[in-house]
Amino acid sequence: MTTERKPIYLDYSATTPVDPRVAAKMIPYLTEEYGNPASRSHPYGWTAEKAVENAREEVAKLVNADPREIVWTSGATESNNLAIKGAANFYSNKGKHIITVATEHKAVIDPVRELERQGFEATFLEPDSEGLVSLEVFKAAIRPDTVLTSVMLVNNEIGVIQDIEGIGNICRENNVIFHVDAAQATGKVKIDLASLPVDLMSFSAHKTYGPKGIGALYVRRKPRIRIEAQMHGGGHERGMRSGTLATHQIVGMGEAFRIAREEMATENERIRMLRDKLLHGLQTIEETYVNGDLANRVPHNLNMSFNYVEGESLIMAVKGIAVSSGSACTSASLEPSYVLRALGRSDELAHSSIRFSIGRFTTEADVDYTIALLKEKIGKLRELSPLWEMFKDGIDISKVEWAAH
Amino acid sequence: MSTVYFDHNSTSALKKEVLETMFPFMTSQHGNPTSRHVFGRNARDAVEIARVQIANAIGAQASQVIFTSSGTEANNFAVNGIASQLAHGQILTSAIEHPCVTRPALAMQARGWRAHGIHVNADCKLDMHHLHNMLAAPTNLVSVMLANNETGVLQDVAQIAELTREHKAYMHTDAVQALGKIPVSFEDLGVHAMTISSHKIGGPLGVGALVLDKRVDIYPLLHGGGQEKGLRSGTENVVAIVGFGAACELAIKNLSHFAKHTESLRKRLEAGLQEMKAMIFGINAKRLPNTSFFAFENIEGETLVTALDKAGFAVASGSACSSDSTEPSHVLLAMGIDPDVARGAVRVSFGVENTMSQVEAFLKSLAQEVNRLKQMTAIAA
Repeated sequence: MTTERKPIYLDYSATTPVDPRVAAKMIPYLTEEYGNPASRSHPYGWTAEKAVENAREEVAKLVNADPREIVWTSGATESNNLAIKGAANFYSNKGKHIITVATEHKAVIDPVRELERQGFEATFLEPDSEGLVSLEVFKAAIRPDTVLTSVMLVNNEIGVIQDIEGIGNICRENNVIFHVDAAQATGKVKIDLASLPVDLMSFSAHKTYGPKGIGALYVRRKPRIRIEAQMHGGGHERGMRSGTLATHQIVGMGEAFRIAREEMATENERIRMLRDKLLHGLQTIEETYVNGDLANRVPHNLNMSFNYVEGESLIMAVKGIAVSSGSACTSASLEPSYVLRALGRSDELAHSSIRFSIGRFTTEADVDYTIALLKEKIGKLRELSPLWEMFKDGIDISKVEWAAH
Repeated sequence: MSTVYFDHNSTSALKKEVLETMFPFMTSQHGNPTSRHVFGRNARDAVEIARVQIANAIGAQASQVIFTSSGTEANNFAVNGIASQLAHGQILTSAIEHPCVTRPALAMQARGWRAHGIHVNADCKLDMHHLHNMLAAPTNLVSVMLANNETGVLQDVAQIAELTREHKAYMHTDAVQALGKIPVSFEDLGVHAMTISSHKIGGPLGVGALVLDKRVDIYPLLHGGGQEKGLRSGTENVVAIVGFGAACELAIKNLSHFAKHTESLRKRLEAGLQEMKAMIFGINAKRLPNTSFFAFENIEGETLVTALDKAGFAVASGSACSSDSTEPSHVLLAMGIDPDVARGAVRVSFGVENTMSQVEAFLKSLAQEVNRLKQMTAIAA
């Protein structure tokens, strides 16, 4: 284990710590209450089952759904796979065309690609330069054989909020099933499934101060949406998803979503203040660009590109903070973020981007430290940069003809 | 709860030592293993340490261990993922497999594969002759569990694997119930794929693994971020994986004690059962040391399990899954047991914390309940 001093954590969109209140609620189910919720013949099983059902109610309450509409999964990746493959396969006689967006998470894009291999056709919509999907563009993509649409509520890299209601209404008019990946949205934006025209919605616990390894899929009952199970076995979750339920993790997700429901209004206000402070502080640095629309965006996210700084050295230089240079799931690759490229950002600006994501345990001092650190390090990196020097001399770098070598 | 827990094959209590290793990863060490900063690196390191612990416990290489969310997922992954990469052929599963093996095989039928069950005999042992005959047709995959969850009967998986290999088919074994109760070696079994699960061995719920020979092509069940070398996408369940690793290490350390202790409890239990003229299923075969599955003639349905619960003993009426519980156990039916007798079957599965005095008390309660129920049946008749 590394013993170096811990950096300041500003990567809440990658994963959040478990809230201590959530951990406390989980512990009994890790120790004395260890029954299998499917055990019907003794109190260990009944206690576990009751805990699972209480948690189901909490998850449903946060999004104003019926508890019977909540199906447990191992996480948002499984929820997305189950929703997309499960609905497309069940309704494939209706049509084999799917619409999604180029800036979706890999856990949506890859199942859609998998369906393409199985004979479906897919349209990957390009968002505008702010990351938003226009309703006109979406409407134009609908075909008579469109069976399913998948659009995320909140983007994991740039935090923009899509017009789910608008897209959903168009889906309803055209009899298209609508799936929404809300992994990054719970506790950040209000979700009302009683009024939203959404058929399937994916949730994750570990982005909302719950444990990893647990998520849920909302499956609408009225009108009833059917999905083909992707995991077969004991017939748990009304046959939609087999596998022994992990009681402690489910209890953790329920508690995390309860806290989110009760505290999100005040918490988001505090987080917005911190984010705006960070934004204004970083904007005093020359040649910075905010990626993604600022108005339609969760308060937790700030994604900025720092021009004339090389991406890798930037990440090395800001080791005092734990941030992401693109989505956590793809940051091991050196490819620039496909999300930022879809906004039309150059490879250079995409490479020199940082995603700051602020959360429950971020303090004002953390933000002050971050602003000071970025100012200092970017200043130093630019001092070493010939490109920066040329820019300062008024040379338009995009017009420079570089010698081939 | 003052109930005595005799249902360890369903799920087992998390060991205290295991919980201690997990706790830091819930709170202070909370990173996402894919992140490149120190939080991410620490999480990644923890996952890799657990992978080595698990591999060491089962005679495998760390790189052969693919984490999943459960044994169910690993079994679905094995059946669907291995067959998907091959030309349409048949998938053979034993008649006593857990539904999370047989149902994915049946689901493959819709996509052009054929699924068949292999018979077992009255002792719950695989009918090798039947397997041999079935292998005459081109076969993709054979799946036979190492230990049955209901009867505890062990199959000769190494021998079955050899036969399967001779017929150029892949061999998978569900070792979920065997791990931690008998020695399990992936290498010695000679299988291509093996399923294990954490919560049956004193680890947490929510994590399992498929152990896979790397020469076997497998198609992912879950697509996305490309974790587990692209074979299983989804953020790693770090806390549970850490617990699984610790539980494996502990289970191997305590293996001989577990076997000795639970077998002595079972010996006492079954001596009592035989005095009461119970039918003990699979008693002539080699079984897990902790499992006893029995029934009494003329006692039907779940009445006995319910009565035992009232007397303070948590036992199972068969496999703990959410399927309709009035259905008789498919394992007993495959063994040729009368459906009425099968409906009244009781499974006792011991853990190390169970004691001899609990067994004595259980036998006393059981004798009372059996007499009472027999009298009631006699009156009704």
